Amino acid sequence: MPQYVAIIYTKDVDWSHPDQAADMAEYGAFGEAAAAVIRGGAALYPTATATTVRVAGGKGGDVLTTDGPYAETKEALTGFYILECADLDEAVATAARIPAAWDGAVEVRPVLPVM
Amino acid sequence: MTAATSPEEAAERAVRSEYARILATLIRVTGDVDLAQDAVQDAVLRALQTWPRDGVPDEPRAWLTVVARRCAIDRIRRDASRQGKEADAVWLLDNALPEPVESVVRDDLLRLVFTCCHPTLSRDAQIALSLRTLGGLSTADVARALLVPEATMAKRLTRAKQKIRQARIPYRVPADDELPARLDGVLSTVYLMFNEGYAAGAGETAMRGPLIDEAVRLGRLLHDLMPDEASVTGLLALMLLQDSRRSARVAADGTVVPLAEQDRGLWDPEAVREGVELVGAALRRTPDRPDPYVVQAAIAACHALAADYEATDWDAVLSWYDVLLTVERTPVARLGRAAAVAERDGPEAGLRAVDAVDGLAGYAWWHASRAELLGRLGRVDEAVAASARAVSLGLNDAHARFVTRRRPDSD
Repeated sequence: MPQYVAIIYTKDVDWSHPDQAADMAEYGAFGEAAAAVIRGGAALYPTATATTVRVAGGKGGDVLTTDGPYAETKEALTGFYILECADLDEAVATAARIPAAWDGAVEVRPVLPVM
Repeated sequence: MTAATSPEEAAERAVRSEYARILATLIRVTGDVDLAQDAVQDAVLRALQTWPRDGVPDEPRAWLTVVARRCAIDRIRRDASRQGKEADAVWLLDNALPEPVESVVRDDLLRLVFTCCHPTLSRDAQIALSLRTLGGLSTADVARALLVPEATMAKRLTRAKQKIRQARIPYRVPADDELPARLDGVLSTVYLMFNEGYAAGAGETAMRGPLIDEAVRLGRLLHDLMPDEASVTGLLALMLLQDSRRSARVAADGTVVPLAEQDRGLWDPEAVREGVELVGAALRRTPDRPDPYVVQAAIAACHALAADYEATDWDAVLSWYDVLLTVERTPVARLGRAAAVAERDGPEAGLRAVDAVDGLAGYAWWHASRAELLGRLGRVDEAVAASARAVSLGLNDAHARFVTRRRPDSD
């Protein structure tokens, strides 16, 4: 069955902070309800902890790092799920139950199957 | 029509009317849109070569399906020998069952309709795909109809088909509980296509005929597939009635002729008759909740049935607008009602009604309506300003010429 990544965009929150406990409980409830199709996923620390890595001048060149996420956006990439669904309709229906769908946005992308 | 159709035209017409059904069947059998499209194209070319000479076969659909299936097998074989993988599909196709019965073809086609208009595709992509696969237009023709460079259109179609394949948009008729919403999406895509042709937003001409024809053709197809859906019947009726005025709607110099000044002798009586009949059928099917397409078609029918503009039953038009506003309280619907008020109760009442519609300050037709009514009231300066505003908001050239021609200062 095809897999999809549901990429979660929300306010740039710190999921580990006690303030997010209620949100985390909502995600926990979703995780249980959708356990049949969830194949993996993670909540991410805030973008302040991100490091963007580039190698200058091609493979083997100097490693350059910048502090912060690749793209500065109003809503930040704060987590993802890997879903295994029959088709895009099922993936969209599942993504619509992720709390971020009404508190931000969820991008659904099909995963290229690895041979 | 008195002119006898040439064998070429007969062949072309037969091919066009079967195209979508054959493609839908081939997509089901091969499970591959591109392969199906190529195979049907092969079959179409062969038909256009042989039919004009030998005559259109008794069962053009069966002929085309068999040939397309063979062409698909040839293509798979060629491909398999290149890539060294023998495809099961050849077996499937070789052993394909007899000709699919009508109900199977109908389901194939419905699936294709709902896939082309899947809500996860952009509206532009939906329109392009519908024209290409359901209408059977070439990529070049689709590009021309939508005023987009061919390369851009080719890319748009490729991207849409890629999404269908890679993201697995299902070929499926939606379940009962999601059908109304999905059908709504299909209808608004077809109506958008119609409007794009009917009131072309950009460019010189007021109407783009081929796009209108395609939208009506799709409307007929949907009506064939879903004869019991009132909204489908309503949309077809609405398009037929609006399109019945096509020849009267644009003057020789390209200027738009308003409803009030149209030569009703130029209206297409056959389209009016069919449209009015469909409105009746659709109304009988919507007892509880009015459907916006059916109601708009009823408004169009009021105009179609009036012998001349003065004979219009404005009370009836207004009550239909009131019904429409109960289900679709959009500013544009309110503007339509306000215009009807102006006809029944005079320009002063009309202008009050138009001004009461908020949310349309960026809409060219709101300003055009104000310009018209201010002109009738002799408030020249304001009328000129309003028509200038309408033009600056991107009224297309033909409509703009109409508005400026009617400026009170231009006589």
